Amino acid sequence: MRECKIVSKKFHLPNSHTLSVARKNGGYEALEKLKEYSPTQIVAIIKASGLRGKGGGGASAGEKWELMPQNSEKPSFLVVNCDESEPGTFKDRQIISYDPHLLIEGIIITCYAIKAKQAYIYIRGEYKEYQDILQGAIDEAYGAGLLNACDITIHRGAGAYICGEKSALLESLEGKRGHPRLKPKQKEPEWYFGNPTLVNNVETIASVPFIVQNGAEAYRAFGTQKSPGTLLFAMSGHINTPGVYEAEFGTNMLEYIEQYGGGVKNGKKLKAVIPGGVSCGVLTAKECEGLTLDYEALRAVGSTLGTGGMIVMDADTSMPEVLKNILEFYHEESCGQCTPCREGSGWSDKIMKRVLDGEGSKEDLEKLFELADTMNGKTICVFAPSISIVLLSFLTKFRKEFEALVL
Amino acid sequence: MSFSFSQENLEKIAALKKRYPSPKALCLPCLWLVQYQEGYISLDAIDAISEQTTIPPMEVYRVATFYTMFHLEKREKLQVDVCKTLSCKLCGADDILQHLESKDVTINHVECLGSCGTAPVMQINDKNYENLTIEKVESILEELL
Ligand SMILES: Cc1cc2nc3c(=O)[nH]c(=O)nc-3n(C[C@H](O)[C@H](O)[C@H](O)COP(=O)(O)O)c2cc1C
Ligand code: SF4
Ligand code: FES
Repeated sequence: MRECKIVSKKFHLPNSHTLSVARKNGGYEALEKLKEYSPTQIVAIIKASGLRGKGGGGASAGEKWELMPQNSEKPSFLVVNCDESEPGTFKDRQIISYDPHLLIEGIIITCYAIKAKQAYIYIRGEYKEYQDILQGAIDEAYGAGLLNACDITIHRGAGAYICGEKSALLESLEGKRGHPRLKPKQKEPEWYFGNPTLVNNVETIASVPFIVQNGAEAYRAFGTQKSPGTLLFAMSGHINTPGVYEAEFGTNMLEYIEQYGGGVKNGKKLKAVIPGGVSCGVLTAKECEGLTLDYEALRAVGSTLGTGGMIVMDADTSMPEVLKNILEFYHEESCGQCTPCREGSGWSDKIMKRVLDGEGSKEDLEKLFELADTMNGKTICVFAPSISIVLLSFLTKFRKEFEALVL
Repeated sequence: MSFSFSQENLEKIAALKKRYPSPKALCLPCLWLVQYQEGYISLDAIDAISEQTTIPPMEVYRVATFYTMFHLEKREKLQVDVCKTLSCKLCGADDILQHLESKDVTINHVECLGSCGTAPVMQINDKNYENLTIEKVESILEELL
């Protein structure tokens, strides 16, 4: 496993959040390239790099940027998604507290490429401490005259997981409840008060300066053919040294857990891993053998890479309890617009409680399968289908543990 | 109880208005300003926000009640937000929650705080307290209570 630091290069430096340290270590040097390249050339470089969105979906960043009009009468906007609420995910927070200037540099380049004059960073309400660091960096950037061509405004959320979903985020940014919008059939930009808008994750934008400065091929030197580059993978749960460690796509999962995470806590055996935030299907220890960390490999085992935030569980973990914990989260966070989601998240949580209290029956387990079916693909956003995936992965892979509770 | 924005906050609002294509966007920023100014969001404050944002009061109210971090009532005791989501649970959040039961604080069970790598975690007055142990909780509360 080779070390590769694209986004986390400066994290370890003392006072890495300040402009002077950023500048001394190559910060804002990619801006020089803006004299050389036109906006459309920048978009082409990002597309050629194969950069994929790092907020969980893994969509091609370049293809999304291409959807933004270059000659629009309406103003264009950039919205940076720093809602980071997917349980098990805490990587964007590292960027805004340890290298906020890298994000600002990425925003300046992106605004140039999509011809936006205003960028918003939508940050979850619980990140006030890190928001203050980021605001300090933005103030410094203004002071140094770096933000002449675009403005950056931090917009604080207030405790709603669903606002991480891009259209809910935009609703929230328009001053409304965070309700996801119906998706259009054709490919088009997002819309903010009816204006064309690009929404990208913090880490996606923070990857832009490296690519623009070093070229698409330099980025492709890391990762795999289909998943180029690196990700700030993270580990939490039953692990000796949890944290965020950048690695290239295609890295062996168990080696990563061993090398950076120091293996499973207390010398216990590994039981399961949720690969990228709780909304990904759970994997058994056996499934993790030989598995690599990239979008394609995870898909091939019926899960997803998600945000790359792995939750590691040791051999003594009760999977029904883990499932109950995740269902509580969904029950709490459903935005309530769609009946299958609003009702299904609540029902499944209540049924699991009954099962854990020893009052469940075999029919209850059947009911959970039925609910998983109802919630899959019949809703406005993919929140409810995620619940289905999670339910099915736990119920089928650890079936015996659930059956033992309803005998 | 009547409400009016402080002079400082009125200036902040005026500056923010220049940064958004519509005053409606100021709904959440205004709700935050009110909450820091008064400690909670009263119905009179909702009227004041409505005036600033051109959003009808009922809609401002709907928005305020959607987001868990806005409070529509005064809160007397020290508020302790403890994460109960998976990584924290796996790392002993239940023990922390149980220990807090005996304290003169309001415990809020909240979802993932984005500190899963330093679990278990609680948040008090916008500040995260990480890698919690019972002893750590004791000394933190001693300082704050
Ligand atoms: C329920 C839900 C929650 C999401 N939460 C986040 C989030 O917290 N942060 C994020 O960047 N993307 C989140 N996303 C993905 C966004 O909708 C969007 O795809 C992403 O911000 C686009 O940026 P990217 O292409 O750079 O990843 C979420 C999606 C869903 C369906
Ligand atoms: S699926 Fe759930 S979270 Fe998504 S829009 Fe429908 S109710 Fe809201
Ligand atoms: S699970 Fe507690 S902070 Fe993420």
